[in-house]
Amino acid sequence: MNGPGRHVRAYLSLLAALYASVLLAGPIAPYDPNEQNRNAPFAPPTRLHFVDADGGFHLRPFVYRVVGRPGRFDEYDEDRRERYPLRVWTRGAPYRIAGIVAADRHLVGVAEPAKLFLFGSDQYGRDLFSRLLFGGQISLVAGVLAAGLALGLAIILGGLAGFYGGWADEAVMRIAELFLALPWLYLLFAVRAILPLHIGAGRAFLLLVAVIGIVGWARPARLIRGMVLSAKHREHVLAARAFGATDLYLLRRHVLPQTAGVVFTQLALVVPQYILAEVTLSFFGLGVSEPLPSWGNMLAAVQRYDVLTSYWWMFLPGIALSPVFLLYYALANAFHQQTARPS
Amino acid sequence: MARRIFARYLAPALVTVWAVTAGGAALRSAPPAEDLLVSRAEVGRSGDQLVLSQSAEPKTLNPVTVVDVVSRTVIRCMMADLIHVNRETQQTERALAKAWTVSPDGRRYTLTLRRGLRFSDGHPFDADDVLFSFHVYLDEKVRSSQRDQLVVGGQPVGVRKIDQYTVQFDLAESYASAERLFDGVAILPRHLLEAPYLQNRLADAWGMRTPPEGMAGLGPFRFKQYLPGDRIVLEKNPYYWKADRAGHRLPYLDNLVFTLVPSDETQAMRFQAGEVDIVSRVSADTFDVLARTERTAAYKLYDLGAGLDYSFVFFNLNDVDPKTLPEVARRQTWFRQVPFRQAISAAIDREAIVRLVYRGRATPLWGHVPPGNKVWVNRSIPQPARSLERARGLLKTAGFSWKPDGTLVDARGDAVEFSIVTNAENKQRIAMATIIQDDLKQLGMSVHVVTLELRTLVDRVLKTHDYEACVLGLGAGDATPNAEMNVWLSSGGTHLWSPEQSRPATAWEAEIDTLMRRQMTTIDSGARKQFYDRVQELVAQNLPLICLVSPNVLVGANKSLGNFRPAVLDHHTLWNVEELFWRQKRSRVGP
Repeated sequence: MNGPGRHVRAYLSLLAALYASVLLAGPIAPYDPNEQNRNAPFAPPTRLHFVDADGGFHLRPFVYRVVGRPGRFDEYDEDRRERYPLRVWTRGAPYRIAGIVAADRHLVGVAEPAKLFLFGSDQYGRDLFSRLLFGGQISLVAGVLAAGLALGLAIILGGLAGFYGGWADEAVMRIAELFLALPWLYLLFAVRAILPLHIGAGRAFLLLVAVIGIVGWARPARLIRGMVLSAKHREHVLAARAFGATDLYLLRRHVLPQTAGVVFTQLALVVPQYILAEVTLSFFGLGVSEPLPSWGNMLAAVQRYDVLTSYWWMFLPGIALSPVFLLYYALANAFHQQTARPS
Repeated sequence: MARRIFARYLAPALVTVWAVTAGGAALRSAPPAEDLLVSRAEVGRSGDQLVLSQSAEPKTLNPVTVVDVVSRTVIRCMMADLIHVNRETQQTERALAKAWTVSPDGRRYTLTLRRGLRFSDGHPFDADDVLFSFHVYLDEKVRSSQRDQLVVGGQPVGVRKIDQYTVQFDLAESYASAERLFDGVAILPRHLLEAPYLQNRLADAWGMRTPPEGMAGLGPFRFKQYLPGDRIVLEKNPYYWKADRAGHRLPYLDNLVFTLVPSDETQAMRFQAGEVDIVSRVSADTFDVLARTERTAAYKLYDLGAGLDYSFVFFNLNDVDPKTLPEVARRQTWFRQVPFRQAISAAIDREAIVRLVYRGRATPLWGHVPPGNKVWVNRSIPQPARSLERARGLLKTAGFSWKPDGTLVDARGDAVEFSIVTNAENKQRIAMATIIQDDLKQLGMSVHVVTLELRTLVDRVLKTHDYEACVLGLGAGDATPNAEMNVWLSSGGTHLWSPEQSRPATAWEAEIDTLMRRQMTTIDSGARKQFYDRVQELVAQNLPLICLVSPNVLVGANKSLGNFRPAVLDHHTLWNVEELFWRQKRSRVGP
């Protein structure tokens, strides 16, 4: 395979690497994302050193312990009396990979009381790098699952509407229009108000996925309906029908495969939108709640004037979104070129 | 320096003494018949406007039906009361009443009104306006929020006109510092509001669409213009009844402009840019940002120390129906145990809240009266340091135990898990809840923080009782305990943990009821203090509210604003708006 196909594979493997890193957040992150260090609020990213205070060079990078200036809230100094070399595959906070495998080894770390805040810390002194990785689990995975749900619904409903036409088409398309017209954000605020208060983390996540997914089926469904409508009048489909093929067979064998290119392109296009939807909902406090991190609720901190003007590292979840989006859009583009090529 | 101190503080005081002893001596620019009050503040220059920002639009300009803070702030600049609580000294002072006498049993107040005063539309003011105003506020059909304040011993205050400038008020029982009752009861113009009142249309009167000529008050400013979604402009009341020592009629400012700036962050930025002249109630983190540029900026910031606001976490102690709210009812078996609440209090790191949420600009609290309330705070309330050990001990005595993985379980073996709700708009409360959640995790409790829109939250707390724990704050308008009767009486509507009880649910609530009623009717201030000290002890022991912190009052204003003396009492910055003036002519045109 060459050309667009090679691009698709390259983008897919980059995305796979990205997803692997957030799914393996446990071992990669140096700390428990919810652990508060109350004497280190808004600590800037920890500096890695090779040269010590006396000018000696060390091959193994090290950090100094960072201590707050007395009486100051967010000003810190390095205590240069002792070096804390970076340790690889060190023991730390316990975690579970995929909720099953328990472990306590971390890729990198430093000995206490020094801290390795690669991306700095937040208001409660929580390690932002660890939170970014764990938050990615929610934001990125929610995006994919919700996109899968929305497109699944779109294929079923759009396919039925396009294939059968008539009242089924009318009904599905009018409902789709209703979904497109509703002011979702306000509706979701209302829904949150009547939901039970204590929803576990897992259920909150699934609810979030379901909400984003169900909200978003209408647009791709209209697209797929159009594809199906034109596919069902193709000659080979009509011929198959003349030979007595059932509706299910026709849909499965001849009609839906025609939409595959569009579906994949749509998938690559809507996943980032749904990642953004999660970010938006959590930003407004409708997604997963504290202390669980998600890129959205992490970004919510940037609304504050002091954070906006003083702590640049708090923008990192927002910055992390850009390469993810670029990758997905490049992938969508590559899919599109691949399907558009005359075979 | 010494001379400046004399000029600024002593001289006005002396002049006031002279003015008062001379019985409101005639002033150069005022007609002799007018009983003007002479302000002791620095003499300023007239002119220019003051630009303020508000986070929402005022909903009404009607002082009888107003409930929201934003509208109230605008209305208080246009209205006046008979006796006023000076926000700076926290003492009562003469306002529309020139003098008053109290009968020996403390139940009859006779007020002498100032003569020759006019409403802002030029119509004369006399006892009939006072009579009408109190009649309106006390009318149950009108449902004004001031009515509660004017009901003493279960009876509405009796009002009688003695002559055109003398009004007599009768209370059903003696009432401590009763003259404070008059604070905030705006005197209404009978000539404008009697007709709508008689036609039962008072609630609709003075909405935002009323033309300026249809409105009048006795305050320093009067309504001029309202541009929806943008601003409301008030102009100088030419008939205002205060004058400065030089004999100039107050207020100094020509216009007050309240602009709509929805977010706190934007308000701070506009203030920093000089587009807004005063900021009130700044959050500690924004205060720090503003402080960074204060040295070179045209503004000055003020940290007034602990105010009267206090934040707390409380549990749902209502009698909920186990059929409709089974989960809440099940958890209430924990919440009702005093040792459980004491354990929560012992485990909360108040110092961390002060540092992380308020950057040190707050005071940790163990009782419900903040140190900002200097007269009434009970300083003997114990302030134990945070101790997880003590918390665990208390939980053990209440029958709780721990599973091998550290999870706290009750006597039936159920894991202790509950949610804390707070309002999504308030970042400080969310941060406090997040810190409490982490503190309680160390006791093996699993706590979820849920943020709700304020109205939904209040509905759950006061009406449906569908919540488990809640982080909220209260702020009394006045330092006296009478201002919080509604919170501490078990029958009160703001008795948050279990409002509007028909009978006190517990012995300590019954005792608080008795103490609060007794302090209200006791005239001797020493005895009152003792009663209220005991209330504070009972609250600290039984912890219906687990108090957390009292934030400092943080404000800022343009440096060239004269007479700016922010106060701990509400309204912190505009309480003396009639005395504010610009030291130099302002070059700015419009906000």
